[in-house]
Amino acid sequence: MNAIEVDSLTKRYKAAMAVDNISFVVPKGQTVGLLGGNGAGKTTTIAMILGLLLPTSGRIHVLGHDMTRDRFAALARVNFSSPYVALPHRLTVAENLRVYCHLYNVHGVEKRIAELADELDLHAFINRPAGQLSAGQKTRVALAKSLINRPDLLLLDEPTASLDPDTGDLVRSWLEKYRAESGCTILLASHNMDEVSRLCGTVLMMRQGRIVDRGTPGELLTRYNRLDLEDVFLDIARSRQPELAR
Amino acid sequence: MSSLRRIWGLMYRHLTLFRRSWPRLVDLAYWPILQMMIWGFTSRFFTSRLGDHGMVTIGMLLGGVLLWETALRSHLGFAVTFMEEIWSRNLGHIFVSPLRPWELLAALLGMSLIRMLLGVIPAMALAALLYHFNILSVGPVLILFALNLMVMGWWIALGCISLILSQGGGAESLIWSMLIGLSPIAAVYYPVSILPHWLQPVALSLPAAHVFEGLRAAISEHVIRWDHLAWAASLNAVWLTAAMLLFMQQFNAARRNGALMNIGE
Repeated sequence: MNAIEVDSLTKRYKAAMAVDNISFVVPKGQTVGLLGGNGAGKTTTIAMILGLLLPTSGRIHVLGHDMTRDRFAALARVNFSSPYVALPHRLTVAENLRVYCHLYNVHGVEKRIAELADELDLHAFINRPAGQLSAGQKTRVALAKSLINRPDLLLLDEPTASLDPDTGDLVRSWLEKYRAESGCTILLASHNMDEVSRLCGTVLMMRQGRIVDRGTPGELLTRYNRLDLEDVFLDIARSRQPELAR
Repeated sequence: MSSLRRIWGLMYRHLTLFRRSWPRLVDLAYWPILQMMIWGFTSRFFTSRLGDHGMVTIGMLLGGVLLWETALRSHLGFAVTFMEEIWSRNLGHIFVSPLRPWELLAALLGMSLIRMLLGVIPAMALAALLYHFNILSVGPVLILFALNLMVMGWWIALGCISLILSQGGGAESLIWSMLIGLSPIAAVYYPVSILPHWLQPVALSLPAAHVFEGLRAAISEHVIRWDHLAWAASLNAVWLTAAMLLFMQQFNAARRNGALMNIGE
């Protein structure tokens, strides 16, 4: 059973092709990475999977639901985090989480907030307005919001962007632990190579709206004859063929 | 039940802002009170010149002020609540939650009602205390007048939000100016017959013109003009339907062109 099925997905704006006829599946319980440079189409793909953006053509099924016809049935079991979408700055962390408990119809609101505060160590700033938090604290709060409904599918758009290495590592460790405990499926868009090779079982390499290669991190390293994924990324970003990469 | 919970969730988010910030609360009542004071003293001046006949004029002017503020506060309450989501860059989270578009609109209506009451009730109290004008003396028909003006505020706000979805945050200024711009032809303080002939059909296409004609009849002649109320309700039904269709069209267009992801300035 697949958590996400994307078939011939295309998004064309007036003059630009943002996503060009991509197809992939994300099996349940796996973490799949969307890797690519700026403008590769990662965020656009995630936005279409969430139903925030309508595709020009193609089909998307999330947790068995067709996202063009039945997206609300899927959205109750999905959640999302991105550093580019903020939480209301004047509300405290607890108030923000309370709002999303109601929006996702979570029962036992205060208990769930206390659980998340324990798991993500939010206690020190749980009653502070979200706008007064550091980047690392905001990321943890955004993660808490994305887990509020114990999602079956978690979409993360560059979850550690703008974080220092220590906080980034904490977030990655926490995601590994959470996936192992919950069996949640994760689709992770990133251009952080360490993050992708550490968290993802499968990597989809994107460039100019297309999936130009795919495989496990190990398979990609072998195919491009490289020692780390960053070099594979550069080969793909600079349109070098696997056999010509070195 | 889960729909009600989601609607409450969004309302809780906005009510929390008021609980935390007294300037926001003061701001709600500030303009209605200011308008009431200006028109109240102007009316007193007229009364001193016109004698007993002036009392009716006071009723028409102050009744007009209070009911127009009902429309204005309903409109702003609806539209500004939506803008708060744009200003806080929170729309992305809202639209990928299970909140349906109609639940979003219901939450905006709820907040609009609360904001309108918080704005207009202090002005009503001031009118009673300072100028001995009690708008409730118009009778139960006042509820129908107010309801029609609230609905008018809502569909204009929905039209403004549709334009913001289409044109981006740059269209925000429409929220502040749209309803105020209609006030000269809404016949708030004077009858439609005062307007030039060519402008009268335009005025009569607005529910407000019928409501204020009805209000003046209730105050000066003590009659309920059901014809004007029927016109107001019918026009509201037409305009509201058009605004909802426009909103759904622009919402879907925003999903097609990516505006929901990066709506802003």
